[in-house]
Amino acid sequence: MTRRERNWLLVAPAGAWFLVMLVLPLSFVFVFSFGERGPAGGYVPAFTLEQYANLPARWTAFKNTMVLAPLGTLAALLIAYPLAYQLAVRTDPRWKTLLLVLVIVPFWTSILIRSYAWIFILGGQGIPALLAALGIEDVRLIYTPFAVTVGIVYGYLPLMVFPIYVALDRLDKRLLEASSDLGARPFATFWQVTLPLSVPGVATGCMLVFILLMGEFLIPALLGGGKVFFVGNALVDLFLQSRNWAFGSAVAFTLILIMLVTVAIYMRLIARLQVRRDDVAIM
Amino acid sequence: MADNGYISKKQFIEELRRYQKGSVTRRHFLGVTGLGAATAVLGAAMPALRPSSAFAQGIGDRVVLATWPNYHDTANFDAFTDATGAFVQVNVFGSNEEMLAKLQAGGSGWDVFVPTNYTITTYVAEDLIEPLDVSKLSNYDAGAFDPRFADAGTVDGTLYAVPKNWGTTGFAVNTSHDGGKALTTWKDFFDRTMDDFSGRTMVHDYQLTTIGNALKYFGYSFNSVDPKELADAEKLLIEAKPHLFAISSDYQPAMRSGDAWLTMCWTGDGKQMNSDIPEIHYVLGREGGEIWSDYYAIPKGAPHREAAYALINHMLDPQVNAREVLAHGYPVADSRTNALLPPEILNDPILYPAQELLDALEFGAAATLTDPNRAELLARFKSA
Repeated sequence: MTRRERNWLLVAPAGAWFLVMLVLPLSFVFVFSFGERGPAGGYVPAFTLEQYANLPARWTAFKNTMVLAPLGTLAALLIAYPLAYQLAVRTDPRWKTLLLVLVIVPFWTSILIRSYAWIFILGGQGIPALLAALGIEDVRLIYTPFAVTVGIVYGYLPLMVFPIYVALDRLDKRLLEASSDLGARPFATFWQVTLPLSVPGVATGCMLVFILLMGEFLIPALLGGGKVFFVGNALVDLFLQSRNWAFGSAVAFTLILIMLVTVAIYMRLIARLQVRRDDVAIM
Repeated sequence: MADNGYISKKQFIEELRRYQKGSVTRRHFLGVTGLGAATAVLGAAMPALRPSSAFAQGIGDRVVLATWPNYHDTANFDAFTDATGAFVQVNVFGSNEEMLAKLQAGGSGWDVFVPTNYTITTYVAEDLIEPLDVSKLSNYDAGAFDPRFADAGTVDGTLYAVPKNWGTTGFAVNTSHDGGKALTTWKDFFDRTMDDFSGRTMVHDYQLTTIGNALKYFGYSFNSVDPKELADAEKLLIEAKPHLFAISSDYQPAMRSGDAWLTMCWTGDGKQMNSDIPEIHYVLGREGGEIWSDYYAIPKGAPHREAAYALINHMLDPQVNAREVLAHGYPVADSRTNALLPPEILNDPILYPAQELLDALEFGAAATLTDPNRAELLARFKSA
């Protein structure tokens, strides 16, 4: 077997997967998005731009997603960073593994069951009952945008913690000593050394969480009580309830386009940040 | 407890302990805790968890049933498995649209499903449903069924579906919060939602009933597809939305915990909640609303067709059917089953409402299910 053949063999499984599970279904979605809804639902072949012209009918869903996905990512980042920092930089190595395992443990249970549990925690018999006992009456948490945000941060936190943890863990601790020897106070060291060096981890974590949030439908459906409507929820309804597959495909394809553009811009920005840091390192 | 299909946290822990100690079976535990449906798919994927098919009568080792939540006595499935060796894998759905979507997409893998009256002509038109061979259903006696709840199973003279249960769509209200002023109409339902029930009301995540009941507020037909009448219903729903607790068809937990006080509700859920919490009343709006009837049917291309016939025949056995009614609280159209039921069930005003209330109700129409404008209206309501 030549080297070339071996290379082909190595990428063949991933390539086949990519083709069958990604390219092929996406082609269907693309073709369907120019079709029409059948009288009892489903898809009728056609070539029309009607579905794309109808996109404003789902404007609110797009708007909610474009607001809540970045907000949720930011909230997850603000909570995950200190945790990852504590784990990577300040925790005794003997405890590290145990604490890391604790971060992963929730992943052993389905997100559906964990989100459902939040219905009881945020419901009238949960935290609001506790607050009422403390004299704070009539707090409504469940089925609000706040509940959705809590669910999102809870569900995606480990995805944010791990990349940041890895970046901080690999950080050469001698740089921190050097910074301090050169007279920088702890905050200046963090701001000028630690934070820039952890950018790749932050970038990866944000991208993982943001992309998944753009397609999220389960958490808004469970914790938003059907009143917080994301593009993901619009898609579920279009395919499973009104069976308007043509319009659903147009919405899905538009979501993919928005994601591609957002991620491309984001990568550009991060790349620029990286280059600046490399310049600093060379100097 | 197993009778009403719902379980408290304390009962859950007790059942878990019993299961751990081995005094109840795995399926009983999953059935009473509601985890059964969630793990049924998993169970089927793991042959070691399935019962052996030592008694198999040549119908295979399983049958896949697509049905509605809180709609069966799991003991009846156990009895079926014991008798035939076929394990009943249950898939639970939230709406007829969802069932139709799965069958239209193909490859559902279902053997038996439970369509509602107004969907059957669509299934026939789309060639998704199998004509039934009555010779394989010895427990089916057409003469025993009230024709109002059996007619929709026959399309153009061919039998496609046999009656399961019927019921109504009304609302459930926790009367300890109504200030002594009872709610009796759909006008009350929406007006009070925007008044003393603000933040405590749930409507279905289902266009047929949520829009239909909003149409009844104005006295229009439950099935209206008239643009002007739908516009009125949309205005009412969007006006009421800030006062809603949730838009969800899973309303029992919130009603039981006291978070919600008022919800659109189907007969059996109303009966189940009223049995446990007597302050929760089930009310039929005086303007009218929906009456419906569910059927057992076999989809085209069912992978275990013989098992499907065996399961339907088992469920049609009046003894089995009577146990189902006691478990889920939905009435049946089968006089042989009614003869076995205790009088307090047959005289229950939730299951068998007064004739003048029933007279005002309408069966859902096929056009109501598939109307694209109603679907878009619900999307606008949910995203408003």
